[in-house]
Amino acid sequence: MTKDRAPFLLLNEEQKMLAKTAHEFIRERAPAARIRAFRDSRDGVGFSRELWSEMAELGWLGLQIPERYEGMGLGFFDLAVVLEQSGRELMPEPFVSTLLLGTQALLLGGSEEQKKALLPGVAAGETLIAIGYEEAGSRGDASKPVTVAKDSSDGFELSGEKLQVLDGHLADRIIVSAATSDTGYALFLVDPTQSGVTVIRQSRMDGLNAAIVRLERVRVKSDAVVGGLDAGAALLGAVFDRASVGLAAQMLGASEQAFTDTVDYIKEREQFGVPIGSFQALQHRAVSVYTDIALTRSVVLAAARAIDESPDEVPRLASLAKAMGSETFMHAAKEAIQMHGGIGVTDAHDIGFYMKRAQSTYMTFGMPSQHRRRWAELHGY
Amino acid sequence: MTGLEAFRAEARAWVRENAPKSLWETSGSGPFEGYWGGSKCEETDPDLLRWRDLGIEKSWTAPAWPEQYGGGGLSREQENIIHAEMKAIGVPRPVAGQGLAMFGPVLLDYGNDAQRAQHLPGIARGEVRWCQGYSEPNAGSDLANLQLRAVRDGDELVLNGQKIWTSHADLSDWIYCLARTDPNAPKKQMGISVVLVDLDTPGITVRRIDLISGYSPFCETFFDNVRVPTANLVGTENEGWTIAKAILGHERSSIGRSIARQPGSAQREVVARARKHLAVPEGAIPDPLLRDEVASLGMLEEAFHLTLARIQQSAESGTPGPEGSITKIVGSELKQRRFELGMQVAGTQGLGWEGPGFDADDLQYTRDWLRSRASTIEGGSSEIQKNIVSKRVLGLPEGKK
Repeated sequence: MTKDRAPFLLLNEEQKMLAKTAHEFIRERAPAARIRAFRDSRDGVGFSRELWSEMAELGWLGLQIPERYEGMGLGFFDLAVVLEQSGRELMPEPFVSTLLLGTQALLLGGSEEQKKALLPGVAAGETLIAIGYEEAGSRGDASKPVTVAKDSSDGFELSGEKLQVLDGHLADRIIVSAATSDTGYALFLVDPTQSGVTVIRQSRMDGLNAAIVRLERVRVKSDAVVGGLDAGAALLGAVFDRASVGLAAQMLGASEQAFTDTVDYIKEREQFGVPIGSFQALQHRAVSVYTDIALTRSVVLAAARAIDESPDEVPRLASLAKAMGSETFMHAAKEAIQMHGGIGVTDAHDIGFYMKRAQSTYMTFGMPSQHRRRWAELHGY
Repeated sequence: MTGLEAFRAEARAWVRENAPKSLWETSGSGPFEGYWGGSKCEETDPDLLRWRDLGIEKSWTAPAWPEQYGGGGLSREQENIIHAEMKAIGVPRPVAGQGLAMFGPVLLDYGNDAQRAQHLPGIARGEVRWCQGYSEPNAGSDLANLQLRAVRDGDELVLNGQKIWTSHADLSDWIYCLARTDPNAPKKQMGISVVLVDLDTPGITVRRIDLISGYSPFCETFFDNVRVPTANLVGTENEGWTIAKAILGHERSSIGRSIARQPGSAQREVVARARKHLAVPEGAIPDPLLRDEVASLGMLEEAFHLTLARIQQSAESGTPGPEGSITKIVGSELKQRRFELGMQVAGTQGLGWEGPGFDADDLQYTRDWLRSRASTIEGGSSEIQKNIVSKRVLGLPEGKK
């Protein structure tokens, strides 16, 4: 935070209205219980394409996409308003893959042709874009892909295997990282229907959808490169920063919802003839979660604002938002389960889905300890 | 440019032209930092005194108080701007302390015209210093249990009893006390009144309390048949608890804000101590666990500052949220973690008390660390704050304490 002036951390009237509309729509149409239904029916999609289209019609998917690509031309801050609400009900729709990874990669590094070809479809809810960066053994470190891009006559030949590619099972395009030299790598746009690409659906505990994407001598033209050759690290890093902030907004919403449900529960649940929420042992811990959420809200809003207005501040604030967002969500989820007691560990109750998502988001785009290390480096120690 | 933006430009220009350079970057510009004044003040720093005089001349010691009481007659928003501009360059407010931050606003809200005219101008000019008489030996967290008796005798009140933790009573001119005026009231929160007492009144004894840090900011104040005019009652007799709660609310948010100092300063301080004591002049702190803890502190600090900014912005927009209730809890925890970490990196060099082998900074730091243990107790303990948030913000049912 600069000394003279803090970033503006409130929603304007339009954003407040957007938050309210999204909150009501999502609570009504997309309750967290859907995750159980998708899981039990072994649904091939794992989310609702109809809902995704409706949200596109409401303008939410294109909020941050410039008008010339048929979006609304607003900011990341506006997108974060919707993301927070989507997080409240743990929506499995492809926010992270398409809006936070794919779209940001194109906005930050895509060529005019790539943006023209793909972003209008994203805004319309028709095009899904995934990014594959995780590999066997990469353990959260995307900096040294084993997947390689070999020069070929009119482009590259990609070989390797990406794991846990979010929404890779349905994506229309998959952006993959592949080594272009001993030290550098680039991002390549791959059409999963082309020869040599195998997509295998994976099943995760957290209700999000993922796939293994196997590449066997997949030929792409040189215009498939997103950003420059050897520039993959810088681009993917910038994409992860934005995605971290967006994910932190979802984690904030999820924390808030888990907490609200828990406070409601301990007001109702009686033991020893009184509501358990009258016990100080629970009250003080509830305040501790409340406090964490209030702090996290401030850092998420500041980081989202920085993406629109102060790009130099983004790395620092993205790490702050991801680290605090992860710790807060984990704290809120653990306390939610504990305060719900036995019912909290049953599959019949939705609160367990918050625990599962808390763990998955904690591990995505860097754990808090990794972000604290980066924070220290950025502050010169 | 809107009116407020124009005012900001004016305030910025005035503060930067007039604040003595020696005071820049010395302060978090909170309501309790800087020149406290009063008749017993022994301040000699000529720049601090000049800054006080300039502030008085400009009527910016109490910018939002009415002009007739020595204030600047400005709006709350304008006052916030002035303080923000002082904070931006790290200069203290020209006059600080309890009178301006806590007692004055209460008198404006609950006092009568005669009381305001008698007391406010002296506070705005830094001539009269006030302290607060709240806690008693058997009324700490359970403040409403207070027993200082005030009995009417004609047009006087006769006070008997004891206050404790009366900060700087030894340096103050007046004290505003909570006293029990009706011992037979059906609830202990009833029958309490706010009484203003000149500390020079016969029958008052002030004794300093030594803390573990070696400081003595707190006192015990004894009242032995102390007679004050009934005109010194503030607000309605026996209904002082409402006023007390208003002051406490004010105190908590002030303490939270005053702990804030400059954004990033806690992290810088701990890193500087690590560089000094671990002989790492630059680059990464080699112990990764220690570095992680410093980063954790730095993140909490940044989050706290951003939250204070958000609270301030909500208040300015006319829709204050409930988050203000957590500033004291978080601010005091941040302060303790900062000193704990600063002590850890110093190792055994942090163990000195006085004499050879320890430099002045380290000796001071050790005392400040010890002093910081009080921050989660004074002004309402963290536990009491959590009870309040639990009840008022989360709406959880009241239980056995």
